[in-house]
Amino acid sequence: MALLEVKNLEVNYGLIKAIKGVSFEVNEGEIVALIGANGAGKTTIMHAINCILDKMSGKVFFDGKDITHARAHSLVGMGMSQVPEGRRIFQELTVFENLQLGYYSKKDKKKFEEKLNEMYSNFPILKERSKQIAGTLSGGEQQMLAMSRALMSSPKLLLLDEPSMGLSPLYVNTIFDMIKKVNEMGTTVLLVEQNAKKALSIADKAYVLEIGKMTKSGTGSELLNDDSVKKAYLGG
Amino acid sequence: MSTIIDGLSLGAIYALIALGYTMVYGIAKMLNFAHGDIIMVGAYALYSTLLLGQSPVVSVLAIIISIVACVVLGVVVERFAYRPLRGATPLAVLITAIGVSYMLQSIAQLIFKAKSRPVSFSIPGTTFGIHNSTILTLVVGTVVMVALTLFVNYTKTGRAMVAVSEDRAAAELMGINSNFIISLTFAIGSALAACAAIFYLMQIPLVNPTFGAMPGIKAFTAAVIGGIGSIPGAMIGGVLLGVVEKICLSIPAIAPYTTAIEFSCLIVILLVKPTGLLGRKRREKV
Repeated sequence: MALLEVKNLEVNYGLIKAIKGVSFEVNEGEIVALIGANGAGKTTIMHAINCILDKMSGKVFFDGKDITHARAHSLVGMGMSQVPEGRRIFQELTVFENLQLGYYSKKDKKKFEEKLNEMYSNFPILKERSKQIAGTLSGGEQQMLAMSRALMSSPKLLLLDEPSMGLSPLYVNTIFDMIKKVNEMGTTVLLVEQNAKKALSIADKAYVLEIGKMTKSGTGSELLNDDSVKKAYLGG
Repeated sequence: MSTIIDGLSLGAIYALIALGYTMVYGIAKMLNFAHGDIIMVGAYALYSTLLLGQSPVVSVLAIIISIVACVVLGVVVERFAYRPLRGATPLAVLITAIGVSYMLQSIAQLIFKAKSRPVSFSIPGTTFGIHNSTILTLVVGTVVMVALTLFVNYTKTGRAMVAVSEDRAAAELMGINSNFIISLTFAIGSALAACAAIFYLMQIPLVNPTFGAMPGIKAFTAAVIGGIGSIPGAMIGGVLLGVVEKICLSIPAIAPYTTAIEFSCLIVILLVKPTGLLGRKRREKV
């Protein structure tokens, strides 16, 4: 059974139809990528799954439960966690406090230390800077923090919205290596990316989104070698 | 010296009210212009309970009822007047707040009529030539503010408040119920307003339907002076304004211009530092 199932999703911004009937599945253990150009509706889909946007028709199921009209904050407890577009870390709080908020939905104090140490060993720089105000971190470090913050709650499904945005190629590699590692440790990943080449190279399954519709799907390597995808998203 | 103590004490009252404005602004991103009228309701709650008689038990009961009434009112107003407007233009919310303010004043006028009613609720006597009520205000005000600072900075819920204030959507993604946090903020702000009402009545023992208007607008001024959204800013702004007011009142030549001078402080500070003393400019998120 699919861990996440999106059925005929439609989202409107006022009179504009941003998402026109999108369906897809994410199975347990997979890395699934949604690729597409600017304005294709990738982030809108993420927000709809996360119930930040509520005006929609269609259904979203997570872990067998209908979460179409769930409250956004209840999803973390169910095992879904998101790294939002643009990182959205809490700039005025310290690195440590950001990680603490990532654990907000859980109560076990001992497990918190464990998770914290896990994050610090994933990205040692975060340990070094744990007392630093998060807004002073570099973009790459902020992305590491946003990802660690999302992982603090030990999610079953991790949603990543444009994790490579605005990062140097070096940091992009670090982040993608971590996505692979997290996945190997058992977390299912749904990844939204403009950097199609990177996304397809690690994806088990991928969907191509064009102005609110799914136009293609396949395994990561199938799409990497698909002529039309190559032309449109991979620079020929 | 006693002028300064009086000023600090009045400042503590302004600070308590200003905290309500600033916390609600910081977390719900709205100016709650009905906040002053919450003070008025607190004062009437105290007045009504004191009609039961004069005894320490009634006094304690009156304080509790006053605080509970304000907390319930604050939460109810947020739930039914402001929450449906979440996501509406700021102007709509602002006008609603003004509407709530007039509504509360009119209801008070219907029940209690327009005339001022005397409330004798102060501690008689002096210590070192300073009224005991003044000292009490200063002590309790300080304790409450320290407690609030500790709560916001060192508890999980306090941290969640900071998170919601900075980025409500991201806070939701952490599993924080932002509606609950906003309700809590209104509850705390209203409880502080009730405390302010009680202390204010010790200084001015008369309550009428516009009782909250003047301290409300002065506390709002204090919150803006300190940098709206900033908790320590509201405390500093409140104390500053209280001290300025008492100093002006103590000099006969400028006493009649006291209010004008206080509001001029706001203009001067905004000209020099538009974000207020401790206000920070937030980076706009794109």
